[in-house]
Amino acid sequence: MLGLAPTIAFKHLLARPRQSIVSLSGIVLGVAFFLAVASLMQGSEADFIRRLVDNSPHITVSDEFRNPRLQPAEQLYPNGVVEIRSVKPVTETRGIRQYPRIMQALGTLPHLRASPVLAGQAIVTFAGKDVAISLNAMIPSEVADVTTIRNYMIAGSLDELIANPDGIVVGDGLVKKLSLSLGENVTLTSPTGEVRTFKILGIFHTGRATYDDTQAFADLKRVQALLKRPNRANTIIVKLDDPHSAQLVAAEIERRFGYKSVSWQEASEDIMSTLATRNIIMYTVVSAVLIVAAFGIYNVISTVVLEKQRDIAILKSIGFRARDIRRVFLIQGLLLGIAGSAAGLPLGAALMWGLMQVRLKFPGSSDPVPLPIDWNWRQFVIAAAFAIAAAVFAGLLPARKGARVQPVDILRGAQ
Amino acid sequence: MSESVTAADIGADIIVEAEHLTRQLVGEVTATLVSDASIAIRRGEFVAITGASGSGKSSLLYLLGLLDRPTSGTVRLHGQDTATLEDDERAALRLTELGYVFQFHFLLPEFTAAENVMLPMQRLGRLPEDEIETRAIGLLASFGLADQARKLPRQLSGGQSQRVAIARALANDPLLILADEPTGNLDSVSSANVQTILKDLAHAYGRAVAVVTHDRDFAAAADRTIVMQDGRIIRDE
Repeated sequence: MLGLAPTIAFKHLLARPRQSIVSLSGIVLGVAFFLAVASLMQGSEADFIRRLVDNSPHITVSDEFRNPRLQPAEQLYPNGVVEIRSVKPVTETRGIRQYPRIMQALGTLPHLRASPVLAGQAIVTFAGKDVAISLNAMIPSEVADVTTIRNYMIAGSLDELIANPDGIVVGDGLVKKLSLSLGENVTLTSPTGEVRTFKILGIFHTGRATYDDTQAFADLKRVQALLKRPNRANTIIVKLDDPHSAQLVAAEIERRFGYKSVSWQEASEDIMSTLATRNIIMYTVVSAVLIVAAFGIYNVISTVVLEKQRDIAILKSIGFRARDIRRVFLIQGLLLGIAGSAAGLPLGAALMWGLMQVRLKFPGSSDPVPLPIDWNWRQFVIAAAFAIAAAVFAGLLPARKGARVQPVDILRGAQ
Repeated sequence: MSESVTAADIGADIIVEAEHLTRQLVGEVTATLVSDASIAIRRGEFVAITGASGSGKSSLLYLLGLLDRPTSGTVRLHGQDTATLEDDERAALRLTELGYVFQFHFLLPEFTAAENVMLPMQRLGRLPEDEIETRAIGLLASFGLADQARKLPRQLSGGQSQRVAIARALANDPLLILADEPTGNLDSVSSANVQTILKDLAHAYGRAVAVVTHDRDFAAAADRTIVMQDGRIIRDE
């Protein structure tokens, strides 16, 4: 058995089915669009972050320092005022010094995989064509641990780099550009003029055109020789079991070894803030849909209050308090909100499913991809909670008006 | 309805007492609805309030029934001064001590006859739901409406609706029944029926009953008739 106020509220709504259904439809559509748009936006954000986390290093340790190193005089007088003029750093080969020692230390940390990289530029020459590429020199057995490139292999294998240090893995964009094929030899020329021949052992396709056109993977020692930077790595890339701890781990690595360590969050700070702004805009827009729907509820409850003045008077005359009357009309808003959510969520889920069937080819992507939809239960809860809150809020003013009805005014008028 | 009362109970105590009641509506022109009215209604009394239209009968009834606040003067319900009571306290007294019957019966149209009678009891919440329903059906049966209990107000005649309204007024066993032109909309047979019921409520069941009426026969049947003119009580006999 429902309580007294919900029973009266329910009967009031049932007594005028057409108006109730019209205002309910507004909430149903509002909830459905709120859910579909929010899940699409959240889905695209989650997809973007997942790609970011999967496809980039969680932490990149580079051969740079966030702040200039302290000069000996500054170290000697930490509290003094030291002025050093015309400091000229010693010319040295770029790269992380003693990177094997750092690798050894990182190897002792749990839930972390790290690998040194020597990134450099080279020119690929084949059949008279020259194309500039970014060469990622890595220890072949570790490539799969710290990158996701293995997932994108379409020909050959990353593992063949272990057996054949003269091999190279390239993107299919480069392969098409130079009309290459698996097993063919290409010539690489370094900026220092060194020339080496590499055999194509694998081809990957990530779907990101610039990456597939310009990136290549090869054995670290061979590239060190090509670039004339023996025993050097200029980057250490780190993957974590928990990518969200990257900021803390990066700070710890930087504190211990001094080299600039950038977490994926720091590297994508501008994008993350853009996403946050986008979310605010999105929630504002989809909330507007529900607010418009709430006006429908306001309208129907206001009408009920106007039509039911006599009933309010009689209820008050038999001992109902102002707050009992207010509760009746607030519950009407609540009932419309709950019913609207109950019907709107399945409709929203159907819209989400429909959106999932849409495949679009985005700029910079070579393959059509499905629209990413976030099916997280939180989206459903947020949509329902917002709709119910909007509906109750819409009932607030008419409810207060109803509660203020003076029975004697109505009874006098009825005579 | 509660048990009958003895002759000794009747008139033994004052249920409602008003002293020097004045009610004015302040506007561009101040209208005096009730002026310096004093009245006491005892247990078991059946009182008729009569007068021409606009004489202040209904306004006096609303003041006695705590639906309106006087501009000056006091209303004591069973000895309790109601002047200082908050709205919620007045609502609580209306719920437990007062029963209203109006000319247009004012039943809630979406509720059946039984549900209308159950409303005050549900609001009071003293009885379990099944007992409330049993009592509502019993009240309707006592007015010959047992077979109408599941009908909506629109399916009832005027006389039946008014009897449902009386049953609702009695739901919480109130001390004072206030009726505003209860037969104003009824045919003569129904009117006589309602008159008998209200009279019985006073004489057989010891309620204090005050009825505003234009009906001379109805007034003649009352124990006391209070006549009003221009907001004043001009006769109380």
